[in-house]
Amino acid sequence: MDLIGETLLFLARTTVDVLPVAAFLFLFHRLILRRRFTNPGQIAIGFCFVVAGLGVFLLGLEKALFPVGRLMAAQLTELSVSNSGLVPDWADFYLVYLFAFSIGFGTTIAEPALLAVAMKAREVSGGAIQVSALRVVVAIGVAIGVSLGCFRIVTGTPLHWYIAAAYVVVVIQASFAPRLIVPLAFDLGGVTTSTVTVPVIAALGLGLAENVAGRNPLIDGFGLIAFACLFPIITVLAYAQIAVIREARLAKNLSDSQHISAVESEE
Amino acid sequence: MAYFGRMIVGSVRDLTPLIAVILIFQLFVLRQPLDNLLALVEGAIFVIIGLTLFIYGLELALFPIGEALATGLARRGSVAWLLAFAFLLGFGTTIAEPALIAVAGEAAAAAALTDAIMDTDAARANYALGLRLTVAFSVGTALILGVVRIVAGWPLARMIVSGYVLVILITFLAPAETIGIAYDSGGVTTSTITVPLVTALGVGLSSSLSGRNPMTDGFGLIAFASLTPMIFVMAFGILVAWI
Repeated sequence: MDLIGETLLFLARTTVDVLPVAAFLFLFHRLILRRRFTNPGQIAIGFCFVVAGLGVFLLGLEKALFPVGRLMAAQLTELSVSNSGLVPDWADFYLVYLFAFSIGFGTTIAEPALLAVAMKAREVSGGAIQVSALRVVVAIGVAIGVSLGCFRIVTGTPLHWYIAAAYVVVVIQASFAPRLIVPLAFDLGGVTTSTVTVPVIAALGLGLAENVAGRNPLIDGFGLIAFACLFPIITVLAYAQIAVIREARLAKNLSDSQHISAVESEE
Repeated sequence: MAYFGRMIVGSVRDLTPLIAVILIFQLFVLRQPLDNLLALVEGAIFVIIGLTLFIYGLELALFPIGEALATGLARRGSVAWLLAFAFLLGFGTTIAEPALIAVAGEAAAAAALTDAIMDTDAARANYALGLRLTVAFSVGTALILGVVRIVAGWPLARMIVSGYVLVILITFLAPAETIGIAYDSGGVTTSTITVPLVTALGVGLSSSLSGRNPMTDGFGLIAFASLTPMIFVMAFGILVAWI
Protein backbone atom coordinates (compact mmCIF):
# COMPACT_ATOMS: atom_id res chain seq x y z
CA MET A 1 0.00 0.00 0.00
CA ASP A 2 2.71 2.36 1.03
CA LEU A 3 4.75 1.56 -2.08
CA ILE A 4 1.73 2.10 -4.32
CA GLY A 5 0.94 5.38 -2.60
CA GLU A 6 4.53 6.54 -2.95
CA THR A 7 4.64 5.62 -6.63
CA LEU A 8 1.36 7.42 -7.28
CA LEU A 9 2.64 10.51 -5.49
CA PHE A 10 5.82 10.42 -7.56
CA LEU A 11 3.88 10.07 -10.81
CA ALA A 12 1.54 12.88 -9.78
CA ARG A 13 4.56 15.10 -9.22
CA THR A 14 6.13 14.36 -12.60
CA THR A 15 2.73 14.85 -14.28
CA VAL A 16 2.67 18.35 -12.82
CA ASP A 17 6.17 18.92 -14.25
CA VAL A 18 5.24 17.88 -17.77
CA LEU A 19 1.68 19.22 -17.84
CA PRO A 20 2.42 22.92 -18.56
CA VAL A 21 4.40 22.33 -21.75
CA ALA A 22 2.04 19.61 -22.97
CA ALA A 23 -1.11 21.65 -22.28
CA PHE A 24 0.24 24.74 -23.97
CA LEU A 25 1.43 22.83 -27.05
CA PHE A 26 -1.97 21.10 -27.40
CA LEU A 27 -3.88 24.35 -26.93
CA PHE A 28 -1.79 26.29 -29.44
CA HIS A 29 -2.08 23.47 -31.91
CA ARG A 30 -5.88 23.36 -31.66
CA LEU A 31 -6.68 27.03 -31.22
CA ILE A 32 -4.10 28.89 -33.26
CA LEU A 33 -3.06 26.53 -35.99
CA ARG A 34 -6.62 25.09 -35.89
CA ARG A 35 -5.39 21.68 -36.75
CA ARG A 36 -6.82 18.41 -35.57
CA PHE A 37 -4.58 15.69 -34.25
CA THR A 38 -4.38 12.89 -36.76
CA ASN A 39 -3.25 10.40 -34.11
CA PRO A 40 -4.57 11.26 -30.64
CA GLY A 41 -3.86 7.73 -29.39
CA GLN A 42 -0.17 7.98 -30.18
CA ILE A 43 0.03 11.37 -28.47
CA ALA A 44 -1.71 10.05 -25.34
CA ILE A 45 0.69 7.09 -25.15
CA GLY A 46 3.66 9.38 -25.74
CA PHE A 47 2.55 11.66 -22.92
CA CYS A 48 2.27 8.70 -20.53
CA PHE A 49 5.78 7.58 -21.54
CA VAL A 50 7.14 11.07 -20.86
CA VAL A 51 5.62 11.18 -17.37
CA ALA A 52 6.64 7.63 -16.41
CA GLY A 53 10.11 8.03 -17.94
CA LEU A 54 10.79 11.25 -16.06
CA GLY A 55 9.70 9.63 -12.79
CA VAL A 56 11.87 6.53 -13.25
CA PHE A 57 14.85 8.64 -14.38
CA LEU A 58 14.69 10.89 -11.33
CA LEU A 59 14.33 7.87 -9.05
CA GLY A 60 17.46 6.34 -10.60
CA LEU A 61 19.38 9.58 -10.13
CA GLU A 62 18.34 9.80 -6.48
CA LYS A 63 19.12 6.13 -5.82
CA ALA A 64 22.47 5.83 -7.54
CA LEU A 65 24.11 8.57 -9.52
CA PHE A 66 23.85 11.35 -6.91
CA PRO A 67 25.08 9.20 -4.01
CA VAL A 68 27.91 7.78 -6.13
CA GLY A 69 28.99 11.24 -7.30
CA ARG A 70 29.14 12.40 -3.69
CA LEU A 71 30.78 9.23 -2.45
CA MET A 72 33.50 9.47 -5.09
CA ALA A 73 34.14 13.07 -4.08
CA ALA A 74 34.31 12.07 -0.40
CA GLN A 75 36.61 9.08 -0.96
CA LEU A 76 38.95 10.93 -3.29
CA THR A 77 39.18 13.85 -0.86
CA GLU A 78 39.90 11.51 2.02
CA LEU A 79 42.64 9.75 0.05
CA SER A 80 44.14 13.07 -1.04
CA VAL A 81 44.19 14.41 2.52
CA SER A 82 45.66 11.21 3.97
CA ASN A 83 48.38 11.16 1.28
CA SER A 84 49.43 14.70 2.10
CA GLY A 85 50.99 16.39 5.08
CA LEU A 86 49.10 18.05 7.89
CA VAL A 87 47.75 20.88 5.79
CA PRO A 88 46.96 19.65 2.28
CA ASP A 89 47.53 22.19 -0.47
CA TRP A 90 45.77 22.27 -3.82
CA ALA A 91 48.29 19.98 -5.56
CA ASP A 92 47.50 17.13 -3.15
CA PHE A 93 44.09 16.82 -4.76
CA TYR A 94 45.49 15.70 -8.13
CA LEU A 95 43.32 12.55 -8.02
CA VAL A 96 40.22 14.70 -7.84
CA TYR A 97 41.33 16.68 -10.89
CA LEU A 98 42.14 13.46 -12.75
CA PHE A 99 38.72 12.04 -11.94
CA ALA A 100 37.02 15.26 -13.01
CA PHE A 101 38.99 15.31 -16.26
CA SER A 102 38.10 11.67 -17.03
CA ILE A 103 34.40 12.18 -16.29
CA GLY A 104 34.30 15.35 -18.42
CA PHE A 105 36.15 13.82 -21.34
CA GLY A 106 34.46 10.40 -21.27
CA THR A 107 30.88 11.61 -21.06
CA THR A 108 31.34 14.32 -23.69
CA ILE A 109 33.07 12.21 -26.32
CA ALA A 110 30.12 9.76 -26.18
CA GLU A 111 27.44 12.47 -26.29
CA PRO A 112 25.14 11.88 -29.31
CA ALA A 113 23.91 15.48 -29.42
CA LEU A 114 27.51 16.53 -30.00
CA LEU A 115 27.80 14.33 -33.10
CA ALA A 116 24.83 16.09 -34.72
CA VAL A 117 26.26 19.54 -34.01
CA ALA A 118 29.72 18.47 -35.16
CA MET A 119 28.31 17.38 -38.52
CA LYS A 120 26.61 20.75 -38.87
CA ALA A 121 29.88 22.49 -38.05
CA ARG A 122 31.68 20.57 -40.79
CA GLU A 123 29.01 21.73 -43.23
CA VAL A 124 29.27 25.37 -42.16
CA SER A 125 33.06 25.40 -42.38
CA GLY A 126 33.10 23.75 -45.80
CA GLY A 127 35.05 20.76 -44.52
CA ALA A 128 37.80 22.68 -42.72
CA ILE A 129 36.45 21.40 -39.40
CA GLN A 130 36.49 17.63 -39.03
CA VAL A 131 33.80 15.83 -37.08
CA SER A 132 36.03 13.53 -35.03
CA ALA A 133 38.54 16.29 -34.27
CA LEU A 134 35.77 18.64 -33.13
CA ARG A 135 34.39 16.00 -30.77
CA VAL A 136 37.83 15.56 -29.18
CA VAL A 137 38.25 19.34 -28.95
CA VAL A 138 34.88 19.78 -27.22
CA ALA A 139 35.57 16.85 -24.87
CA ILE A 140 38.93 18.37 -23.91
CA GLY A 141 37.15 21.68 -23.28
CA VAL A 142 34.63 20.05 -20.93
CA ALA A 143 37.38 18.04 -19.22
CA ILE A 144 39.49 21.16 -18.60
CA GLY A 145 36.38 23.00 -17.41
CA VAL A 146 35.36 20.36 -14.86
CA SER A 147 38.88 19.87 -13.49
CA LEU A 148 39.51 23.61 -13.26
CA GLY A 149 36.15 23.86 -11.49
CA CYS A 150 37.34 21.27 -8.96
CA PHE A 151 40.57 23.23 -8.48
CA ARG A 152 38.44 26.28 -7.75
CA ILE A 153 36.36 24.41 -5.18
CA VAL A 154 39.51 23.05 -3.49
CA THR A 155 41.12 26.50 -3.32
CA GLY A 156 37.83 28.28 -2.56
CA THR A 157 38.59 31.15 -4.95
CA PRO A 158 35.63 33.24 -6.18
CA LEU A 159 33.77 31.73 -9.13
CA HIS A 160 33.16 34.99 -10.96
CA TRP A 161 36.88 35.77 -11.41
CA TYR A 162 37.27 32.64 -13.51
CA ILE A 163 34.03 33.23 -15.38
CA ALA A 164 34.90 36.86 -16.11
CA ALA A 165 38.37 35.89 -17.35
CA ALA A 166 36.90 33.16 -19.56
CA TYR A 167 34.35 35.64 -20.93
CA VAL A 168 37.14 38.02 -21.91
CA VAL A 169 38.96 35.20 -23.71
CA VAL A 170 35.76 34.13 -25.49
CA VAL A 171 34.96 37.67 -26.62
CA ILE A 172 38.50 38.20 -27.98
CA GLN A 173 38.39 34.84 -29.75
CA ALA A 174 34.92 35.47 -31.19
CA SER A 175 36.05 38.71 -32.79
CA PHE A 176 38.83 36.90 -34.68
CA ALA A 177 37.21 33.53 -35.38
CA PRO A 178 35.53 32.74 -38.72
CA ARG A 179 32.08 34.34 -38.57
CA LEU A 180 29.97 31.31 -39.36
CA ILE A 181 31.37 29.26 -36.52
CA VAL A 182 30.69 31.75 -33.72
CA PRO A 183 26.96 31.09 -33.13
CA LEU A 184 27.59 27.37 -33.37
CA ALA A 185 30.39 27.54 -30.81
CA PHE A 186 28.15 29.44 -28.39
CA ASP A 187 25.37 26.88 -28.73
CA LEU A 188 27.82 23.99 -28.39
CA GLY A 189 28.59 24.95 -24.83
CA GLY A 190 25.03 24.32 -23.73
CA VAL A 191 24.43 21.27 -25.85
CA THR A 192 27.35 19.17 -24.71
CA THR A 193 26.34 18.75 -21.09
CA SER A 194 23.68 16.06 -21.19
CA THR A 195 20.91 15.13 -18.82
CA VAL A 196 22.98 12.34 -17.30
CA THR A 197 26.26 14.24 -17.02
CA VAL A 198 24.89 17.38 -15.38
CA PRO A 199 23.55 15.75 -12.19
CA VAL A 200 26.73 13.71 -11.69
CA ILE A 201 28.98 16.75 -12.14
CA ALA A 202 26.76 18.72 -9.76
CA ALA A 203 26.99 15.94 -7.17
CA LEU A 204 30.78 15.83 -7.56
CA GLY A 205 31.07 19.57 -6.88
CA LEU A 206 28.76 19.51 -3.88
CA GLY A 207 30.47 16.41 -2.46
CA LEU A 208 33.84 18.07 -2.83
CA ALA A 209 32.71 21.24 -1.09
CA GLU A 210 31.22 19.20 1.74
CA ASN A 211 34.44 17.26 2.32
CA VAL A 212 37.25 19.76 1.82
CA ALA A 213 37.82 21.56 5.10
CA GLY A 214 36.61 25.15 5.20
CA ARG A 215 34.36 24.99 2.13
CA ASN A 216 30.68 25.90 2.10
CA PRO A 217 28.60 23.75 -0.31
CA LEU A 218 26.25 26.58 -1.18
CA ILE A 219 29.01 29.08 -1.96
CA ASP A 220 31.81 26.82 -3.24
CA GLY A 221 30.00 23.68 -4.39
CA PHE A 222 28.56 25.01 -7.62
CA GLY A 223 30.20 26.19 -10.80
CA LEU A 224 31.32 22.91 -12.38
CA ILE A 225 28.41 22.97 -14.85
CA ALA A 226 29.09 26.59 -15.74
CA PHE A 227 32.75 25.74 -16.42
CA ALA A 228 31.77 22.65 -18.42
CA CYS A 229 29.61 24.87 -20.65
CA LEU A 230 32.09 27.71 -21.04
CA PHE A 231 35.40 26.00 -21.78
CA PRO A 232 34.25 24.07 -24.87
CA ILE A 233 33.45 27.46 -26.45
CA ILE A 234 37.09 28.47 -25.94
CA THR A 235 38.58 25.23 -27.29
CA VAL A 236 36.16 25.12 -30.26
CA LEU A 237 36.88 28.72 -31.27
CA ALA A 238 40.61 28.04 -30.95
CA TYR A 239 40.29 24.93 -33.07
CA ALA A 240 38.21 26.72 -35.73
CA GLN A 241 40.81 29.49 -35.86
CA ILE A 242 43.64 26.99 -36.33
CA ALA A 243 41.65 25.01 -38.93
CA VAL A 244 40.98 28.12 -40.97
CA ILE A 245 44.61 29.31 -40.79
CA ARG A 246 45.82 25.86 -41.83
CA GLU A 247 43.32 25.79 -44.70
CA ALA A 248 44.44 29.23 -45.85
CA ARG A 249 48.09 28.22 -45.71
CA LEU A 250 47.35 25.04 -47.65
CA ALA A 251 45.44 27.01 -50.26
CA LYS A 252 48.28 29.52 -50.47
CA ASN A 253 50.88 26.77 -50.92
CA LEU A 254 48.69 25.20 -53.53
CA SER A 255 48.24 28.42 -55.48
CA ASP A 256 51.97 29.17 -55.12
CA SER A 257 52.89 25.78 -56.50
CA GLN A 258 50.33 26.19 -59.26
CA HIS A 259 51.78 29.58 -60.00
CA ILE A 260 55.28 28.14 -60.15
CA SER A 261 54.21 25.29 -62.38
CA ALA A 262 52.32 27.76 -64.56
CA VAL A 263 55.45 29.90 -64.84
CA GLU A 264 57.50 26.81 -65.55
CA SER A 265 55.16 25.62 -68.26
CA GLU A 266 55.19 29.10 -69.82
CA GLU A 267 58.95 28.87 -70.00
CA MET B 1 9.77 -2.11 -31.07
CA ALA B 2 13.09 -2.37 -32.89
CA TYR B 3 13.26 1.40 -32.60
CA PHE B 4 12.74 1.18 -28.86
CA GLY B 5 15.52 -1.41 -28.65
CA ARG B 6 17.86 0.93 -30.52
CA MET B 7 16.98 3.69 -28.08
CA ILE B 8 17.82 1.48 -25.10
CA VAL B 9 21.17 0.72 -26.72
CA GLY B 10 21.65 4.45 -27.22
CA SER B 11 20.93 5.21 -23.54
CA VAL B 12 23.29 2.44 -22.42
CA ARG B 13 25.99 3.91 -24.64
CA ASP B 14 25.40 7.36 -23.10
CA LEU B 15 25.90 6.02 -19.62
CA THR B 16 28.79 3.61 -20.30
CA PRO B 17 31.70 6.08 -20.12
CA LEU B 18 30.39 7.47 -16.85
CA ILE B 19 30.08 4.03 -15.23
CA ALA B 20 33.45 3.00 -16.70
CA VAL B 21 35.29 6.00 -15.24
CA ILE B 22 33.69 5.46 -11.83
CA LEU B 23 34.55 1.75 -11.85
CA ILE B 24 38.16 2.33 -12.95
CA PHE B 25 38.65 4.83 -10.13
CA GLN B 26 36.98 2.54 -7.59
CA LEU B 27 39.06 -0.48 -8.61
CA PHE B 28 42.48 0.99 -9.30
CA VAL B 29 42.70 4.28 -7.43
CA LEU B 30 40.52 3.97 -4.35
CA ARG B 31 40.85 0.17 -4.16
CA GLN B 32 37.82 0.08 -1.90
CA PRO B 33 35.24 -2.67 -1.65
CA LEU B 34 32.45 -2.05 -4.10
CA ASP B 35 29.68 -2.27 -1.53
CA ASN B 36 27.68 0.27 -3.44
CA LEU B 37 28.17 -1.41 -6.82
CA LEU B 38 24.77 -3.09 -6.69
CA ALA B 39 23.00 0.16 -5.90
CA LEU B 40 24.93 1.87 -8.70
CA VAL B 41 23.94 -0.75 -11.27
CA GLU B 42 20.32 -0.70 -10.07
CA GLY B 43 20.17 3.06 -10.29
CA ALA B 44 21.87 3.05 -13.69
CA ILE B 45 19.21 0.67 -15.00
CA PHE B 46 16.52 3.03 -13.66
CA VAL B 47 18.23 5.96 -15.34
CA ILE B 48 18.52 4.11 -18.66
CA ILE B 49 14.89 2.92 -18.69
CA GLY B 50 13.58 6.29 -17.50
CA LEU B 51 15.56 8.35 -19.99
CA THR B 52 14.65 6.03 -22.87
CA LEU B 53 10.92 6.15 -22.05
CA PHE B 54 11.11 9.91 -21.61
CA ILE B 55 12.79 10.59 -24.96
CA TYR B 56 10.63 8.01 -26.74
CA GLY B 57 7.52 9.69 -25.38
CA LEU B 58 8.78 13.11 -26.38
CA GLU B 59 9.37 11.91 -29.92
CA LEU B 60 5.91 10.32 -30.06
CA ALA B 61 3.93 13.23 -28.68
CA LEU B 62 5.58 16.53 -27.91
CA PHE B 63 8.30 16.99 -30.55
CA PRO B 64 6.05 16.54 -33.63
CA ILE B 65 3.50 19.03 -32.25
CA GLY B 66 6.19 21.46 -31.15
CA GLU B 67 7.95 21.37 -34.50
CA ALA B 68 4.70 21.74 -36.44
CA LEU B 69 3.80 24.72 -34.25
CA ALA B 70 7.20 26.34 -34.56
CA THR B 71 7.25 26.20 -38.35
CA GLY B 72 3.51 26.93 -38.65
CA LEU B 73 3.65 30.05 -36.49
CA ALA B 74 6.88 31.21 -38.11
CA ARG B 75 5.26 31.01 -41.54
CA ARG B 76 2.14 32.88 -40.43
CA GLY B 77 4.19 35.90 -39.50
CA SER B 78 2.06 37.04 -36.53
CA VAL B 79 4.76 38.49 -34.29
CA ALA B 80 2.54 38.67 -31.19
CA TRP B 81 1.61 34.98 -31.33
CA LEU B 82 5.18 34.08 -32.14
CA LEU B 83 6.46 35.90 -29.04
CA ALA B 84 3.77 34.34 -26.85
CA PHE B 85 4.71 30.93 -28.25
CA ALA B 86 8.42 31.55 -27.67
CA PHE B 87 7.87 32.53 -24.04
CA LEU B 88 5.56 29.64 -23.23
CA LEU B 89 7.83 27.19 -25.02
CA GLY B 90 10.85 28.31 -23.01
CA PHE B 91 8.90 28.34 -19.75
CA GLY B 92 7.16 25.00 -20.26
CA THR B 93 10.15 23.03 -21.49
CA THR B 94 12.33 24.33 -18.67
CA ILE B 95 9.81 23.29 -16.01
CA ALA B 96 9.83 19.76 -17.47
CA GLU B 97 13.63 19.59 -17.89
CA PRO B 98 14.87 16.54 -15.90
CA ALA B 99 18.38 17.86 -15.24
CA LEU B 100 17.00 21.07 -13.75
CA ILE B 101 14.56 19.19 -11.49
CA ALA B 102 17.49 17.11 -10.21
CA VAL B 103 19.93 19.98 -9.72
CA ALA B 104 17.29 22.21 -8.09
CA GLY B 105 16.72 19.43 -5.57
CA GLU B 106 20.45 19.25 -4.87
CA ALA B 107 20.66 23.01 -4.51
CA ALA B 108 17.82 22.93 -2.00
CA ALA B 109 19.60 20.20 -0.04
CA ALA B 110 22.80 22.26 -0.01
CA ALA B 111 20.87 25.33 1.12
CA ALA B 112 19.28 23.35 3.95
CA LEU B 113 22.66 21.91 4.95
CA THR B 114 24.21 25.35 5.27
CA ASP B 115 21.21 26.77 7.17
CA ALA B 116 20.32 29.14 4.35
CA ILE B 117 16.80 27.70 4.53
CA MET B 118 15.10 25.50 7.11
CA ASP B 119 15.79 21.79 6.85
CA THR B 120 12.22 20.64 6.25
CA ASP B 121 10.69 18.96 3.23
CA ALA B 122 8.38 21.89 2.65
CA ALA B 123 11.17 24.48 2.78
CA ARG B 124 13.35 22.48 0.41
CA ALA B 125 10.49 21.89 -2.04
CA ASN B 126 9.68 25.58 -1.91
CA TYR B 127 13.27 26.58 -2.61
CA ALA B 128 13.60 24.11 -5.50
CA LEU B 129 10.33 25.23 -7.06
CA GLY B 130 11.27 28.91 -6.71
CA LEU B 131 14.56 28.24 -8.46
CA ARG B 132 12.89 26.31 -11.28
CA LEU B 133 10.24 28.96 -11.80
CA THR B 134 12.88 31.70 -11.92
CA VAL B 135 14.95 29.76 -14.45
CA ALA B 136 11.86 28.91 -16.51
CA PHE B 137 10.81 32.55 -16.58
CA SER B 138 14.28 33.59 -17.70
CA VAL B 139 14.42 30.98 -20.49
CA GLY B 140 11.03 32.23 -21.70
CA THR B 141 12.40 35.77 -21.73
CA ALA B 142 15.54 34.56 -23.52
CA LEU B 143 13.47 33.05 -26.31
CA ILE B 144 11.48 36.27 -26.72
CA LEU B 145 14.78 38.14 -27.03
CA GLY B 146 16.11 35.52 -29.43
CA VAL B 147 13.02 35.64 -31.67
CA VAL B 148 13.12 39.45 -31.76
CA ARG B 149 16.79 39.20 -32.70
CA ILE B 150 16.11 36.79 -35.56
CA VAL B 151 13.18 38.86 -36.88
CA ALA B 152 15.00 42.20 -36.55
CA GLY B 153 18.36 40.77 -37.61
CA TRP B 154 20.33 42.11 -34.66
CA PRO B 155 23.93 40.91 -34.38
CA LEU B 156 24.28 37.97 -32.03
CA ALA B 157 27.81 38.67 -30.84
CA ARG B 158 27.01 42.14 -29.52
CA MET B 159 24.01 40.87 -27.55
CA ILE B 160 26.02 38.00 -26.06
CA VAL B 161 28.79 40.40 -25.00
CA SER B 162 26.24 42.73 -23.35
CA GLY B 163 24.81 39.69 -21.59
CA TYR B 164 28.26 38.77 -20.30
CA VAL B 165 28.85 42.30 -19.02
CA LEU B 166 25.46 42.25 -17.29
CA VAL B 167 26.23 38.88 -15.65
CA ILE B 168 29.53 40.16 -14.26
CA LEU B 169 28.03 43.47 -13.07
CA ILE B 170 25.11 41.83 -11.28
CA THR B 171 27.49 39.35 -9.63
CA PHE B 172 28.93 42.18 -7.52
CA LEU B 173 25.47 42.93 -6.12
CA ALA B 174 24.27 39.37 -5.65
CA PRO B 175 24.37 37.53 -2.29
CA ALA B 176 27.34 35.10 -2.28
CA GLU B 177 25.18 32.01 -1.84
CA THR B 178 23.21 32.64 -5.04
CA ILE B 179 26.20 33.17 -7.39
CA GLY B 180 27.20 29.52 -7.82
CA ILE B 181 23.65 28.27 -8.36
CA ALA B 182 22.96 31.11 -10.79
CA TYR B 183 26.03 30.35 -12.92
CA ASP B 184 25.23 26.65 -13.00
CA SER B 185 21.55 27.05 -13.81
CA GLY B 186 22.59 28.58 -17.13
CA GLY B 187 24.06 25.28 -18.23
CA VAL B 188 21.40 23.06 -16.73
CA THR B 189 18.47 24.56 -18.60
CA THR B 190 19.49 23.49 -22.05
CA SER B 191 19.14 19.76 -22.45
CA THR B 192 16.74 17.01 -23.40
CA ILE B 193 13.44 18.82 -24.02
CA THR B 194 14.52 22.39 -24.55
CA VAL B 195 17.24 21.99 -27.18
CA PRO B 196 15.27 20.14 -29.92
CA LEU B 197 12.18 22.34 -29.61
CA VAL B 198 14.10 25.59 -29.39
CA THR B 199 16.33 24.64 -32.33
CA ALA B 200 13.20 23.82 -34.35
CA LEU B 201 11.83 27.28 -33.54
CA GLY B 202 15.06 29.05 -34.53
CA VAL B 203 15.66 27.16 -37.75
CA GLY B 204 11.97 27.30 -38.74
CA LEU B 205 11.88 31.03 -38.14
CA SER B 206 15.06 31.94 -39.99
CA SER B 207 14.23 29.72 -42.97
CA SER B 208 10.79 31.32 -43.36
CA LEU B 209 12.17 34.88 -43.28
CA SER B 210 13.74 36.10 -46.49
CA GLY B 211 17.40 37.01 -46.43
CA ARG B 212 18.17 34.95 -43.33
CA ASN B 213 20.59 32.10 -43.27
CA PRO B 214 19.30 29.33 -40.99
CA MET B 215 22.90 28.33 -40.41
CA THR B 216 23.86 31.60 -38.73
CA ASP B 217 20.52 33.11 -37.68
CA GLY B 218 18.83 29.95 -36.46
CA PHE B 219 21.42 29.41 -33.77
CA GLY B 220 21.91 31.59 -30.77
CA LEU B 221 18.58 30.91 -29.06
CA ILE B 222 20.27 28.27 -26.91
CA ALA B 223 23.09 30.70 -26.13
CA PHE B 224 20.54 33.24 -24.84
CA ALA B 225 18.72 30.54 -22.91
CA SER B 226 21.91 29.69 -21.05
CA LEU B 227 22.76 33.36 -20.38
CA THR B 228 19.54 34.84 -18.95
CA PRO B 229 19.09 32.33 -16.08
CA MET B 230 22.36 33.58 -14.55
CA ILE B 231 21.07 37.15 -14.58
CA PHE B 232 17.57 36.31 -13.36
CA VAL B 233 18.60 33.92 -10.58
CA MET B 234 21.02 36.52 -9.16
CA ALA B 235 18.40 39.25 -9.56
CA PHE B 236 15.95 37.03 -7.70
CA GLY B 237 18.55 36.49 -4.98
CA ILE B 238 19.02 40.25 -4.61
CA LEU B 239 15.25 40.74 -4.44
CA VAL B 240 14.83 38.07 -1.75
CA ALA B 241 17.71 39.54 0.28
CA TRP B 242 16.05 42.94 0.22
CA ILE B 243 12.65 41.78 1.40
